[in-house]
Amino acid sequence: MSAVSQDNAARSGTLARAVIYTVLILFAVYYLLPLYVMLVNSLKPLNEIREGNMMALPREWTIAPWLSAWSTAQIGVSPTGLRPYFLNSVLMVVPAVALSTILGALNGYVLTKWRFRGDNIVFGMMLLACFIPFQIVLIPSARILGLTGLAGTITGLVLIHAIYGLGFTTLFFRNYYEAFPTELVRAAQIDGASFFQIFRRILLPSSGPIIVVTVIWQFTNIWNDFLFGSSFSSFDSIPITVALNNLVNSSTGVKEYNVHFAGAILAALPTLVVYIVSGRYFVRGLMAGAVKG
Amino acid sequence: MAQTQAEIVPVLTQRTSRAPKEALQEWLPKLVLAPSFALILLFVYGFIVFTAALSLTGSKLLPDFSTWVGLGNYVRLFNHPNWITALKNLAIFASLYIIVCSVLGLGLAILLDQKIRGEGFLRPIYLYPMALSFIVTGVAWKWFLDPGIGLEHVMHSWGWESFSFRWIKDGKFAIYTIVIAAVWQSSGFVMAMFLAGLRGVDNEVIKAAQIDGASTMTIYRRIIIPLMRPVFLSAFVVLAHLAIKSYDLVVAMTDGGPGTATWTPALFMQKFTFGRNEMGMGAASAMVMMMMIFSIIVPYLYSELRGGRRS
Repeated sequence: MSAVSQDNAARSGTLARAVIYTVLILFAVYYLLPLYVMLVNSLKPLNEIREGNMMALPREWTIAPWLSAWSTAQIGVSPTGLRPYFLNSVLMVVPAVALSTILGALNGYVLTKWRFRGDNIVFGMMLLACFIPFQIVLIPSARILGLTGLAGTITGLVLIHAIYGLGFTTLFFRNYYEAFPTELVRAAQIDGASFFQIFRRILLPSSGPIIVVTVIWQFTNIWNDFLFGSSFSSFDSIPITVALNNLVNSSTGVKEYNVHFAGAILAALPTLVVYIVSGRYFVRGLMAGAVKG
Repeated sequence: MAQTQAEIVPVLTQRTSRAPKEALQEWLPKLVLAPSFALILLFVYGFIVFTAALSLTGSKLLPDFSTWVGLGNYVRLFNHPNWITALKNLAIFASLYIIVCSVLGLGLAILLDQKIRGEGFLRPIYLYPMALSFIVTGVAWKWFLDPGIGLEHVMHSWGWESFSFRWIKDGKFAIYTIVIAAVWQSSGFVMAMFLAGLRGVDNEVIKAAQIDGASTMTIYRRIIIPLMRPVFLSAFVVLAHLAIKSYDLVVAMTDGGPGTATWTPALFMQKFTFGRNEMGMGAASAMVMMMMIFSIIVPYLYSELRGGRRS
């Protein structure tokens, strides 16, 4: 009797597990589908997309759409492809990430190890700054960029991204340094180590993980930004997200879907690579951004 | 740098020269923090005040503080059909986005938490869309849902001739296609949040319930899911915040169209401020957006920070 019921339980267990695996795999297909569609259709000639089937593998494989998206596709008024805009994004992202990460690390250090009256208010204000809708600062930002002569320059975009990233970078480092033993800092202080020496010799060597998390977070957000890029860039400082949107939504000429897909993958490649190489840290950053305190 | 190295010696030997150096050391932390704080003060809080003031003026193409109109812009805003459309769309988009992402996220997390072989393989697949820009997501879904070449075309070529899916071209349904794309992008992230929550549940509680004869279903319904309350709250705050700011995805997929069918508050702000030279109204719409976000974020941060201090 009991053997039978156990057997039943085992069988319903296997059935349940089969259902679970099926559902999980179906969802994996759902999440991969758009990537598959982009990839497959970026390797087809245009007529195969229009006449054929989006799901089908290419009958005739070609990398022409990729070459076109990279270096010859018409974007705005010039047939440059995405290459110059990709470069703009790199030139914008690298200094903006470096600046906001360094400042965030120093801020986190001060806010946890050199506490002063009102430090919680300072931190609270920086934290709240993470969540403002950027529409609220769009008009005055444009104004100030205009007044300082930085309107439409990559430098202007770097500054804007660095400043509006400060809240998050400070938050990340503050929460990380909060757990770092303050006794070590005090001991070093008694030994006569200075403010910067303590930071460089004691905190920085163990900051590897949080630096990776912060850099990934900032890199992803700034690379993927569209709002600031579309509002503050001019002809020679347009970042890749804006260029991609111009490429896809330009109303002139034939819609070259295959080129659009290749371009979309090109624009996504840097953040995808970062995600694949260091997914663990990427997730940690997302969680840290979501669960505060 | 030379300065910091020189300091070690005086601290140990020359007690008389300590005072000014010590004063510097005392001020240094604040000096280091000051530039960041000043930037935030100006670029965030100063700019909010600027936009708030602007929303009370009749500014058109450029800021113009000579024409005060009081709350006139807000009155016009809430009487403007495009703003009403934007608010309705936000309500539809935000509620569906939050509900579907939470249900899907929790469901996938529970399934993935059943000691699944290949979890390490599946999890990153669910989560990678979060690394993409909304513009890329928008391009992918725009063409995938396009009746001419996308899903409908595929079904026809597979022999299902009567299949019709033209939501993205239909003013009544276009907003739902944006929900589809947004859910695809964010649900994996919500799954990761719930998974972290599930992994934090105390095993003893579950074992005790099992000994009492509770079925797996009951354990989840009565014990585990109620324990996920803080995760639901975090997910709600993050998703609501993303929904109110939603802009890029709409621009990439429909650019507000067909007509004004998929306008959101963020799109309204952009179009009125920079497209129609109605800067006063644009500023007013941005203020309303900020108030919506703050009404969700401020209580959340307050309780999180207070809770953090208690523990």
